[in-house]
Amino acid sequence: MDVLQLVVSGLANGCVYGLIALGFVLIYKATEAVNFAQGDFMMLGAFVCLGLTNAQFLGLPFWLAAPLAILIMGAFGYGLEVVVIRRMFGQPQVAVVILTIALGFVLRFVAGLIWGNQPVSLESPIAGRDVRFGGVVLGLDEVMVISVTVLLTVLLYFYFNRTRLGVAMQAASQNQLAAYYMGIPVKRLNSLVWALSGMVAAVAGILFASKGSIEPSIGLLGIKAFAAAVIGGFGSLPGALLGGIIIGLIEPFSARYIAAGYSQVMAYLLLFLILVFRPHGILAQIHSKKV
Amino acid sequence: MTLTQERIVLGAADAVLSVRNLETYYGPIMAIRGVSLDVRDGQIVTVLGANGAGKTTLLKTISGVMEPEKGEILYNGRDIAGAEPDEVVRAGIVHVPEGREVFPLLTVEENLAMGAYTRRDAASVRDDQEMVFSYFPILKERRRQAAGTLSGGQQQMLAIGRGLMARPKLMLLDEPSLGLSPLLVSEIFDIIGRLNREQKVTMMLVEQNAVVALDVADYGYVMELGRIVMADEAQRLLESKDVQEFYLGVKEETQRGQKRWKQKKTWR
Repeated sequence: MDVLQLVVSGLANGCVYGLIALGFVLIYKATEAVNFAQGDFMMLGAFVCLGLTNAQFLGLPFWLAAPLAILIMGAFGYGLEVVVIRRMFGQPQVAVVILTIALGFVLRFVAGLIWGNQPVSLESPIAGRDVRFGGVVLGLDEVMVISVTVLLTVLLYFYFNRTRLGVAMQAASQNQLAAYYMGIPVKRLNSLVWALSGMVAAVAGILFASKGSIEPSIGLLGIKAFAAAVIGGFGSLPGALLGGIIIGLIEPFSARYIAAGYSQVMAYLLLFLILVFRPHGILAQIHSKKV
Repeated sequence: MTLTQERIVLGAADAVLSVRNLETYYGPIMAIRGVSLDVRDGQIVTVLGANGAGKTTLLKTISGVMEPEKGEILYNGRDIAGAEPDEVVRAGIVHVPEGREVFPLLTVEENLAMGAYTRRDAASVRDDQEMVFSYFPILKERRRQAAGTLSGGQQQMLAIGRGLMARPKLMLLDEPSLGLSPLLVSEIFDIIGRLNREQKVTMMLVEQNAVVALDVADYGYVMELGRIVMADEAQRLLESKDVQEFYLGVKEETQRGQKRWKQKKTWR
């Protein structure tokens, strides 16, 4: 029973890490840039939803505020690509990386200005309720996080494999030049990828916020999610989720069974071991071009 | 007015594509130094030249992947110089790039579908896929296989098939013979000839392999260091002493069985 609860809460945390990692990988695959503000996208998504739904701010019903927040974050990602990131085209990748790190600071600062730096809670109908499966009592929030992540994964799978736009995004990430030759509007697709990762980050943020209180500094979770993406194999979407879940599961178990000082290190120890023994990650997607 | 100029002016009347005084730079390097040429409707026109002559750059400039500094690219009388690649594809020009450049992790079918990205008519796209499979039966066999796992020759067939899926009126082919065995080269050039005759696709074919290219082509240009240095009917180019010497490797031998002096190029 004890173990089951650890597994469920680990999975729930892992899903959030996995979703943030998914955002990293989406952008990396499409544009070969790493968006270090991905964690802060998640934070912003959570706060936008909070700003829309909490009585203290706009007070919209949660079921309206959540999709609205997702759309707003999508528009934010799209706009960011068009206005800022696209101008960096042709610059070294380090420039984009530094830019996104700086962007993360700006977002945390702005969120602090608007919503304050104290921990606040999202007023969501999911928080603080229980569900019973036979004799097992689980938090509704955790069950929700896991099921929404599963649903989103299925949706993304269909999007990338069954829709024209999704396949075109895959095509452009595998061979950008060939995509240009086929008349695929690569630039617009890149904007859409940023929009998509903004939306996924918003979902992660809303789910995270319904599990507990949030403050602007939760954006730093992005580092853990980055580790998750690397563990799973940077460039593989299922790998990102898997990496997130692995980290999510390691945390509660090491906190339970390993001395306090060491337990926090376990996730990074795993990252270290993966980098040494399987440098391309667990689900590496490597393809060498035939000549 | 010299003979060549006269021919170009006359040719422009029934040309689908007329390039005029095109100049393109790779950073500070001038890769195309004022190229003018014509591709007539229904023909196969080849552009020959060694590595670094600017052939690929010329194709990239036409397909909109690179922007020209100067000059005009008239496609059916409309200037498409500097247009975005997707506009150029929509207008009916498709570029089959050098070195295949398929989408390695997508299946053969998905690769073909990406060729038709700019089209909305689902029914005729399906017909065209069958048409592509009829020219390249091996692709039908491998339709669910990832393109990266195909052999080099099959990837070249896929690249051509993917180009056809855009229903082009003009196809720009960049070195389809690159890295293929002689048998495969003749098979692929055979199909290129058939596509030209049966599907009425006008072709602009860039090649280093002058023999196969001139064999299938109607008209040919020779490019060197970013300029067109010769232009003539393919058959006449094939017979010309300069092309034989510099591109076909035919050596004129004296009675003593060796050459006495090096032939000079006549265009410099």
